[in-house]
Amino acid sequence: MSSSSAILHTAVLTRRSVRGRLRQPAALTPSFVFPLFFAALGSASFSRIADRPDFAAIAPSFLDYAVAGAIVQGVLFASTSAAGDLATDIEQGFFERLLASPVTRTSILLGRLGSAMVVAVVQVAVFLGIFLAFGARIETGVIGFVGLVVAGALLALAMSGLMSGLAIKSGSPEVVQGAFPMVFALMFLSSAFFPRQYMTGWYQDVATWNPMSHVVEGMQGFMNQPLNVDQFLRAWLIPFGIAAVAIAFGLRSLSKRLAAM
Amino acid sequence: MNTATTTTASTTPVYVTRPTSVVGALVRRTMLRVRRMPSAFVPSIAMPVFQLIAFSGAFGAAVRFAGIANAMDWYVPLNAIQGASFGAMGVSFGLINDMQTGFFDRLLMAPTRRWSLVVGPIAGSIARAALPILLVILVGFLGGMNVPGGPLAIVMVIVAALGVSMTASAFALGLTYRMRNMGAATLTQFAIFFTIFLSTSQVPLSSMASWLHAIARINPMTNVLRLARQGLLGEVTWDQTWGGLVAIAAMLALSGWFAMSGLKSLEK
Repeated sequence: MSSSSAILHTAVLTRRSVRGRLRQPAALTPSFVFPLFFAALGSASFSRIADRPDFAAIAPSFLDYAVAGAIVQGVLFASTSAAGDLATDIEQGFFERLLASPVTRTSILLGRLGSAMVVAVVQVAVFLGIFLAFGARIETGVIGFVGLVVAGALLALAMSGLMSGLAIKSGSPEVVQGAFPMVFALMFLSSAFFPRQYMTGWYQDVATWNPMSHVVEGMQGFMNQPLNVDQFLRAWLIPFGIAAVAIAFGLRSLSKRLAAM
Repeated sequence: MNTATTTTASTTPVYVTRPTSVVGALVRRTMLRVRRMPSAFVPSIAMPVFQLIAFSGAFGAAVRFAGIANAMDWYVPLNAIQGASFGAMGVSFGLINDMQTGFFDRLLMAPTRRWSLVVGPIAGSIARAALPILLVILVGFLGGMNVPGGPLAIVMVIVAALGVSMTASAFALGLTYRMRNMGAATLTQFAIFFTIFLSTSQVPLSSMASWLHAIARINPMTNVLRLARQGLLGEVTWDQTWGGLVAIAAMLALSGWFAMSGLKSLEK
């Protein structure tokens, strides 16, 4: 099959997946509500810390600091749930019906990843709109806005790639949901919710080694620092690298499943 | 189950199962379910312990800046309470399962007091909560938690955690009797989550910004957390205790009524 038909099939399956997600608002709502709630809670709980002179080097206010963490949290939640939908397709037999159709095999996976990216783009734009309405400001302006949206989309690609690989390998939504606590741990053991500079001991060491800290800090750079290359390297390149590995894992899982059928 | 024989006005004997026996049987059933489905129970043990480590590590500086030297002293009571409250979801899932399999209809036909069908699952959730509470306290000790209030401090943590466990379970029952689907467990989770986090869960009242301060000040969970934390931050005093006990009693009365009225509406 030609590459143009593969692109067409991916676009059609992306659209189907996005529609499917929009038809289940209950599944999508937590990925919007919880990150916004945690950001509001954090900025109200830790606002006094932002008055400290050493915090000024990190962000002008705790709300400005919390924006990147909320975006990452929302994108990770939504991407996990997108991969759960793929596992449900396998469990309920829709996957086999797709295989019976003349659709390119890779587009089955890429369609899901595409939908996760579309949802992430909308999600980041909505989050930024809400945060800006509540007084946050993007230091790097329009470029920073675009930088955050692209970072969100790449992160969605990386996470949904990993989780989709798991979904194809296991064919079970429970396994995908069971992997969610790892995502939760990855976020808490990073600087997503609190600056790494204030952590101490082994916890700070773990947060420093955790790639999620660097992705978040790159995104925080777009929000709170003058524009520089480091922000792009951390917020774009790290998720891009993870995405490359994740897609390879997903495609390998897909080909193994197809071979076993 | 033990039964006692009573006699009605028409002298027809009616076998009434003792409510305490029903409660005991339902507790045993809860623990049997825990043993048979450890995958559903393990997260309710692991999550509070993980959160204790994560909160102490991530937000430790926030409580230190508020004048509390050791973050463990602040977060152990919070996570013991959270761990205890997870049992409420188990109550909801168990009840939905019983409704779907028809076991609950058999329970409704049992010749016993109706309140035992509410108290049984609540007692079961207390039994379920024991392990996460003790584990959080143990990890707290390993993490260097201070106990200036002595053994009474630990008693206060346990009283607060079990109080919240009972309240959350009664609320979960009330909601599940009314909704009769998995949405009840999700809503219970949301209600517990927001009640706990919109209190002094993260930092003391004095460190909060206006809107959160206004909510946390009137949230009964703030009093419960004060009750639980007092012995880890200083001496146990009646001044810091009675507010928490009143909050637990009031929440329990309301959620108990909610559960009983839900059961009645289900029978109609």
